Amino acid sequence: MAAHSSVIMTDEQAPVESGPILAVKGLGVDFNVDNEWVMAAEDVSYEIHPGQILAIVGESGSGKSMSSMALLGLLPRNGRSHGSAKMLGKELIGAPQGTLRRVRGNEIAMIFQEPMTALNPVLTVGEQIREAVEQHTELSPAQAKKRAIELLRMVEIPEAERRYDSFPHQFSGGQRQRAMIAIALANDPMLLIADEPTTALDVTVQAEVLDLLRKLNKRLNSAVLLITHDMGVVADLADHVIVMERGRIVEAAPTAQLFAAPAEAYTKQLLGAVPHLGSKVGGVLTDVEVVDGHLSIHEEYAEAALRARETHTASGVVPALELTDVDIEYPGRFRQPPFKAVSGVSLTINPGEVLGLVGESGSGKSTIARAVTGLIRTSGGRVRIGGTDITDLSARQLLPLRKKFAIVFQDPAASLNPRMSIGESIGEPLLLHQKLGRGALDKRVASLLEDVQLPVAFRNRYPHELSGGQRQRVGIARALSLQPDLLVADEPTSALDVSVQAKVLELLQELQRERGFACLFVSHDLAVVELLASHIAVLNKGNLVEQGSTEQVLKYPRDPYTRRLLAAAPVPDPAIQSLRREQRTALLAAGSSE
Amino acid sequence: MSNHQNPRDDSRPSVELSEMTLQSQDTDIATAAPTRAQTDRIRTTEAKSQGRLIRERFFRHKGALAGIALLALIFLLAFSSIGFAGIPGWWNKDYDVLAARFNEGRPTLTLWPFSLGEHPFGQDVLGRDYFALTMRGTQTSLIIAFIVGLVAMVIGTTVGALAGYFRGWTEAFLMRITDVVITIPTVVIAAAVAGIVAKAGIIPFAVFLGIVTWTGLARLVRGEFLSLREKEFVESAKSVGASSFRIIFRHILPNTVGVIIVSTTLAISGAILLETALSYLGLGVVSPDTSLGKAINDNRSALTVRPWLFLWPGAFIIGIALAVNFIGDGLRDAFDPKQTRVKQ
Repeated sequence: MAAHSSVIMTDEQAPVESGPILAVKGLGVDFNVDNEWVMAAEDVSYEIHPGQILAIVGESGSGKSMSSMALLGLLPRNGRSHGSAKMLGKELIGAPQGTLRRVRGNEIAMIFQEPMTALNPVLTVGEQIREAVEQHTELSPAQAKKRAIELLRMVEIPEAERRYDSFPHQFSGGQRQRAMIAIALANDPMLLIADEPTTALDVTVQAEVLDLLRKLNKRLNSAVLLITHDMGVVADLADHVIVMERGRIVEAAPTAQLFAAPAEAYTKQLLGAVPHLGSKVGGVLTDVEVVDGHLSIHEEYAEAALRARETHTASGVVPALELTDVDIEYPGRFRQPPFKAVSGVSLTINPGEVLGLVGESGSGKSTIARAVTGLIRTSGGRVRIGGTDITDLSARQLLPLRKKFAIVFQDPAASLNPRMSIGESIGEPLLLHQKLGRGALDKRVASLLEDVQLPVAFRNRYPHELSGGQRQRVGIARALSLQPDLLVADEPTSALDVSVQAKVLELLQELQRERGFACLFVSHDLAVVELLASHIAVLNKGNLVEQGSTEQVLKYPRDPYTRRLLAAAPVPDPAIQSLRREQRTALLAAGSSE
Repeated sequence: MSNHQNPRDDSRPSVELSEMTLQSQDTDIATAAPTRAQTDRIRTTEAKSQGRLIRERFFRHKGALAGIALLALIFLLAFSSIGFAGIPGWWNKDYDVLAARFNEGRPTLTLWPFSLGEHPFGQDVLGRDYFALTMRGTQTSLIIAFIVGLVAMVIGTTVGALAGYFRGWTEAFLMRITDVVITIPTVVIAAAVAGIVAKAGIIPFAVFLGIVTWTGLARLVRGEFLSLREKEFVESAKSVGASSFRIIFRHILPNTVGVIIVSTTLAISGAILLETALSYLGLGVVSPDTSLGKAINDNRSALTVRPWLFLWPGAFIIGIALAVNFIGDGLRDAFDPKQTRVKQ
């Protein structure tokens, strides 16, 4: 390092002697709970070589994060680690804090899940990067600033000099994560630990960040330890995969091999649970072809799709839900103008139909879900449920209509009253609308619990005693208690692990088939929507950009935004994913030049 | 193990872990469906209401139990010894009867061998039996403290709940009233009104104190409501058509019980001190009636000569305040179902 003549360190690192950067052997993590040691991870062994991306996959509680935190000595106070982790031959486990501090941010750097909370809001992004540079080097402030700007440029932030003085809130979510990556790369770390680096990001932004990570990894020849629950991200980025379950490594294999021929039952089950975009309709973006990085779209395919769409709207039944030119505004405060969350959205759901409403964060999809259930007022247009216009109804007039529709919320932990037993929560709509006696109510609650495949004894439990999936089942039972004609599901599975998500989706599908209610299924995940919905509507910044049958929208999207969305969604199949990457790059490039 | 990160804290459970262990059991459906017999057993044991669960948790809290025991003892002693509302007690002397002083009014209580003697807590300057006087003072102070707590709780919770839930004009109006009540010093209102109210008896006096001390609780409850009303379970209740009344009382209020209980407890121990202060200024309890505060202040010049005139009422004030605080602590833990194990 001392031999550097220029301020800016070279992007190309000298190839490290061919040993592994990190060799973990028999690593275990325990936690002390009430004077008992509980195992969080056990016998974790792996090696990472220069230039390699190793992914650790697992569901929540699998120990994937804790075993990585142990490397940096960042366990919670009641945790302990044992075993061995050698960083270039230097033992990390049991090393004194001082040594570990020198390692952290210098040889091993970390990227966290939530870039907003990881950046200090009162310091400019540039200062924070400069600080990271100054921590471990002896550069002068001016040199450090130069290096910081260089890093900003490296993570592809436009106008790096000007953006150096921006505050975190002036950055978009994706840019913030890029800034975090810049901080992590400040001292050319040998190993980058990325803990769910894209989980908080929208798919299109996620795609860009993943591309960046891949590029940087190739350029810097450092190793990346990727911790994630998302098989799509693994397929997109990783060379090797380790699957963890309940603190133990279940399977370790090169990515292609793991996806093509998983050896262990758990891996098979995990892969089987991941919804696969395009599996139901047979492919996505079939009319988009990329030849030599050049985009060509076969419009003729879409023609057929357009004709089919007309037949859909022409059907004569009374729709379960009809939105016409709906505008929704959030009132401004003091001198702030009101914020228009949704403008001019029209859509129709026929009885027994499932419509998937897809969009990224801030697209207004949850706002629509709340407006449909009368939780917020529309500022323009009409909302009709089963032919009745609910737009101007007072709360009292709306009350008898409320048994016709119901909503399932995103976060099952927050949507159940913690002080009400499961039975009370499920029975509440019945109590309010049907005034049943105690015995009849008990019977209905019991049968509803059976419908969602929960033991009847759960009625006396409280929400905190249930797991996430069980809570969401309770949410579904509550929503279905009055046998509604329309179910609004607002991201019902996005807070759940994939295997749990698969089961909840299956249940929802089964109940929908059995009872034939119409469903507005709001989600950011195209693959999930594809499984359930017969029709899809795509929202972008409060505008409906595309609407049609699932097949049309997935295979022959007409709108460039839909195309970008489809191209960006990672598919849990490394072979397909590498083909799709081309498509994605072309489409995203076309999108950013718009 | 040589790798303890921090051996001192090994025994401390952490939030991170309790989450992790919970999630690691995230099996979605109960894997082993309970058998018929098991189901029945669960139902019979689980059918116990939330009230019973709270009681169980409360009775596992040692501090709270000690508090309850102490408070009950003080209650029993105060009300059974000299009697209450015309019902005679087992102690044969009255607090307002003057008598010749015996051994300069020193306490005759001896612990070993145990004997009460003629005047266990001694006599005051006028020769009144200090045990009867302290008991009477304890009665008054307890009644005042609990009425103040009750009144403050009802007004504070109602104002806070309405302001926090309805927002808008309701909130602006109620909170400005609260601000006005806060800005007027209690002593000033007391100086103007308390003298008159206190003459009407201790119950009107206590209600009056409650009317000027609800503000802290109102603000706390409003704060809780502000955050809880944005929770999804409230939205969920709205979406099934629950009325505002039901949402406030069935959904939100039970989630604020912890806050309400803790601050009511503080209000109760605060009320004892407030009553003492006002009695000191001659604005509280009026002779010939007495309270613990008044007993101390009546004898404030006797500290060096007859310390027992300070000691006894003081010990009872501390005892009541401590017991009430411990009970509040235990109740808060009991009402929080997230806390499966009670703090030792």
